Amino acid sequence: MRRFLSFRDFDWTLLAFVLALSVISVLEIYSATLHTKFVHFDEKQVLWLVGGFASMFVLSLIDYHILLDIAVWAYGICLVSLVAVLAVGTKVMGGRRWIRLPGGIHFQPSEWVKLVLIIVLARFFTNLSGRDLTWKDIFKAIFMVVVPMLLVMKQPDLGTALTYAPVLLCGLFLGGISFRQASILFLAAALAIVPAWYKVLKPYQKQRLTSFMQPDADPRGNGYQIRQSLIAVGSGGIWGQGATHGTQTQGDFLPIPYTDFIFAAFCEEHGLVGAIFVLLLYFLLLMRLVQNAQTAADLPGTFIIMGVVAVLIFQIAVNVGMVIGIMPVTGIPLPLMSYGGSSVLFTFLALGIVMNIRMSRFVN
Amino acid sequence: MAGAPNRDEKIPTLKLTVMQYVIALVLVVLVSGLWRLQVLGAQNYRALAEANRIRKVPILAPRGKIFDRDGRLLVDNYPSVTCFLVPEQARDLDTDIPLIAQGLHMDETQLRAVLRRFQHQPKYQPIPLQQDITPDEQAFIAAHRNELPELETIEEQRRLYPSNGFAAHLIGYVGEVSEEMLDDPRYAFYQPGDVVGRSGVEESYDPVLRGQDGSRDVIVDSHGRELGALGIEPSVPGKSLKLTIDLDVQEAAEKALGPRNGAIVAIDPHTGDVLAMVSRPTFDPNEFAIRIHRNDWNKLITDPEHPLLNKAIQAQLAPGSTFKIIEAIAGLQEGIAENLKADCHGGGVFYGHYYKCWISARHQSHGITDISKGIFQSCDVFFYTLGEKLGIDKIAEWAHKFGIGQKTGIDLPNEAAGTMPSPEWKMRNYHQKWYAGEVISVAIGQGAVTVTPIQLIRAIAGIASGGVLKRPHVVFPNEIPPDLQQYYKDQFPGSGDQTVPIDPANWQIVTDAMAQVTTFAGTAGMAHLDGIDFAGKTGSAQTVSNEYKKNLGAAGSKLLDTAWFVGVSPRRNPDIAVVVLWQNGGEGYFSARLAAQVIEAYVNKQRRTANNLHIVVNAVPPLTGTSPAAPAPAPKSKPTAALHSPKIPAQPMEMAALWTAPANATHNLRARKIPASIAAKFPLPPGTTLQAGSFPLTSPAHTASDESHSELRVAK
Repeated sequence: MRRFLSFRDFDWTLLAFVLALSVISVLEIYSATLHTKFVHFDEKQVLWLVGGFASMFVLSLIDYHILLDIAVWAYGICLVSLVAVLAVGTKVMGGRRWIRLPGGIHFQPSEWVKLVLIIVLARFFTNLSGRDLTWKDIFKAIFMVVVPMLLVMKQPDLGTALTYAPVLLCGLFLGGISFRQASILFLAAALAIVPAWYKVLKPYQKQRLTSFMQPDADPRGNGYQIRQSLIAVGSGGIWGQGATHGTQTQGDFLPIPYTDFIFAAFCEEHGLVGAIFVLLLYFLLLMRLVQNAQTAADLPGTFIIMGVVAVLIFQIAVNVGMVIGIMPVTGIPLPLMSYGGSSVLFTFLALGIVMNIRMSRFVN
Repeated sequence: MAGAPNRDEKIPTLKLTVMQYVIALVLVVLVSGLWRLQVLGAQNYRALAEANRIRKVPILAPRGKIFDRDGRLLVDNYPSVTCFLVPEQARDLDTDIPLIAQGLHMDETQLRAVLRRFQHQPKYQPIPLQQDITPDEQAFIAAHRNELPELETIEEQRRLYPSNGFAAHLIGYVGEVSEEMLDDPRYAFYQPGDVVGRSGVEESYDPVLRGQDGSRDVIVDSHGRELGALGIEPSVPGKSLKLTIDLDVQEAAEKALGPRNGAIVAIDPHTGDVLAMVSRPTFDPNEFAIRIHRNDWNKLITDPEHPLLNKAIQAQLAPGSTFKIIEAIAGLQEGIAENLKADCHGGGVFYGHYYKCWISARHQSHGITDISKGIFQSCDVFFYTLGEKLGIDKIAEWAHKFGIGQKTGIDLPNEAAGTMPSPEWKMRNYHQKWYAGEVISVAIGQGAVTVTPIQLIRAIAGIASGGVLKRPHVVFPNEIPPDLQQYYKDQFPGSGDQTVPIDPANWQIVTDAMAQVTTFAGTAGMAHLDGIDFAGKTGSAQTVSNEYKKNLGAAGSKLLDTAWFVGVSPRRNPDIAVVVLWQNGGEGYFSARLAAQVIEAYVNKQRRTANNLHIVVNAVPPLTGTSPAAPAPAPKSKPTAALHSPKIPAQPMEMAALWTAPANATHNLRARKIPASIAAKFPLPPGTTLQAGSFPLTSPAHTASDESHSELRVAK
């Protein structure tokens, strides 16, 4: 099959939104780390972004159908690497999430698993397309997601594990799950939560999940982060306190203001106006992705893009929700804003695949 | 791969539209959440953010200094440096410990123990290592700034009180404001941890002394590290306070009372100025200025002799025979006493019971006794008789006029009121009828009568001043800022300034009799002061009944009487009045000697400052024909007087405090002339000579270690 890929078909609009968010991200990281020992993280983030853009361009040139073909293998490698992390991974801040590679690079497999899951599920649902989903199909899909999910939870990294769920839900929804099946699944999940709450989750995880409801009950302990985040967002007001002038951010009251709580730092320094501007960028970006999904040349393309959309909107909802106190603290980074190589690379690789799907839309 | 059958199928647009709506909905929810925080809650959260980052660092105002009436420093402040250790700033704390211990003169194990105690607190929190460090320890810290960056010092002002408990009860001490005090509206504007006067002048004049703390607004980060300063509100130092205390008189009183259990108060009867106030046992308030050790504190509060009690204003004890002065005035004013004669056979029968006179213990009697002899010989029988004739109502009425059973309103905290029994008092408190016989014990200052030393001296000084009573005070009224004057009036209610009209003749009878007390004819002849008109009244108040004492046997003999003495100089319109309370002192005349020391110190000082020590010499006439002419003043203390004695004319008189014979009191400018008829009433026995004013001070029977068994009533 011949393909004519042209950068004329490259989604420059999408790229513009991504670039805008990246610039905002770097500036906010600069501001949030100005007086801390993380002072050069903005420069590091630029390097990550350069790497991200480069990989995006590279991946946009690779036919996504190849990815679909090797997805099963990739999935297997992912499971192996997740087990490897548990066995030989480096412990950072109480979690065994990283594998140290030669050359001083730390590698966090759980972010890649997200990408592989999107592709594997796209392939899975594409193959089922054209008929109603049976319970067997549904359980297969659930099994495919739950196995890596449990492995990641074991690290323990509840936040990243949770980001696998939207891929599954989106796949089931678009793959044609019936309303009856969805209802039964929902009920079953609701019932499963009760034993999971008591058996699977560790006490600190439970505390983190519940403390957002009463941050003032324990202002020095679990409620501290949420409380400081709320103060940061609230004190930003409509116009914000100005870049590098947020007292919560600069005074080190806001926890990790360059990663998980970067949106709180941004809200403090740029106010409601800035926050709405960023959320608007996200909205435009996601709408553009959905549009690309609609115009994709084939089903797997649509599934992949919608999987990416599902992960992104989930992460945005959970992260921003956490920052404004309506979601528990789960440690999920804000895509395209939070500092961190794995997160950046996942997003850009995912966008690279999206670009390829878009560029391939007139092929065939 | 290419053969997959359903590749060309499309997902229904509806589903993608649903996804778009889900995305939009999520973002709308997020924006509404932002709206709630950033628009509706902005003000609240901004305040919280400010509270987070701005810390008020107090700048403590130095307390006002305290001076005596001549401007001599009593209480000072001194800069005290406390050394802290900030673990966060340490490079390697473990290896530094020996050096730190050596430099701060601490034991290494002790230092480690301190660090262990604080090991669970955050690393940036300073650990107090040593308070009040010495200059060489400060130098050590300054010299090792680079090697030991973890050591920090903080300077603050501490109180420096006179040592050895000098005037400790009067001055009081400062301490951290307690929980209970914070509930009191008087302390409404205090914060926990504030230093506040806890006793004495420090407490009662805290609003004047304390000044106003300033503050420094500093910007801090979440670790409490200072990032910058916003502004400074300087502190206003406390106002210095001038006490009415005369350091010389105070010193004399401190020396006179020595280690004895009791109190001495000296006042200026013209104004109510307290010249000296001593209470024993005492304590060292400097120990309170730093943090007092728990064991020391427990020792202070459980000591049966109540070291923290200011006995000068809080001890409530039977006044004994000193009460007879009040009763004598009552009897004279009521017209009963002047011509009253009682026949003392060492006792007498009243209301069907036999009551002893104190003289019966010496197997003697007073014989026919009138008011004057009744006072200077302290004849109980005379006052039993007078008491019986007066009745309890009259006695109580006159005692009340002179402030017995009421607070004086002295400007010190927790003054006790004492008790003046009366039929109404008994009915009100005990719901019992008054028995007529009870007046007999009240008549000699026993029974239910209790007084505080300050109350007693105000009354006696008032009588000696012809009925002009003043509110005693330790701070000059004009030292109190105008805005606080009403506050102090309300704060210390009491009988205050009063005038009780006394017939001049009666005044003379009583004051002359009081002057006789310190002659060989009186009960305190041993306390006689040559060349000083020193009048007074002894009192030996029983603390337990004689029967009870007898039953105790050997232990009972240790239960000695409360020895009182009230003294004034000169006898009328005195310049100084002194009360001595010596618990377990045994006899009133022992206390009289102590009072004499205070009076002598005062008079000598006045003479010295007026440069007329000499006047005394010519002014003192021969007492009798046979006595040596012009008894010389005690050469030990008044050498100049002896030197100039022959040349100095008698007039004019500037000093009122003189030793005068009863018959020749005209040279006292403030006193009125005494009719010769009265003076002639009490001729001194011929052939007697007066002793010079030096005498042994301690009787071997009464040492300071005597345990007090007095029923001391602590003011609540």
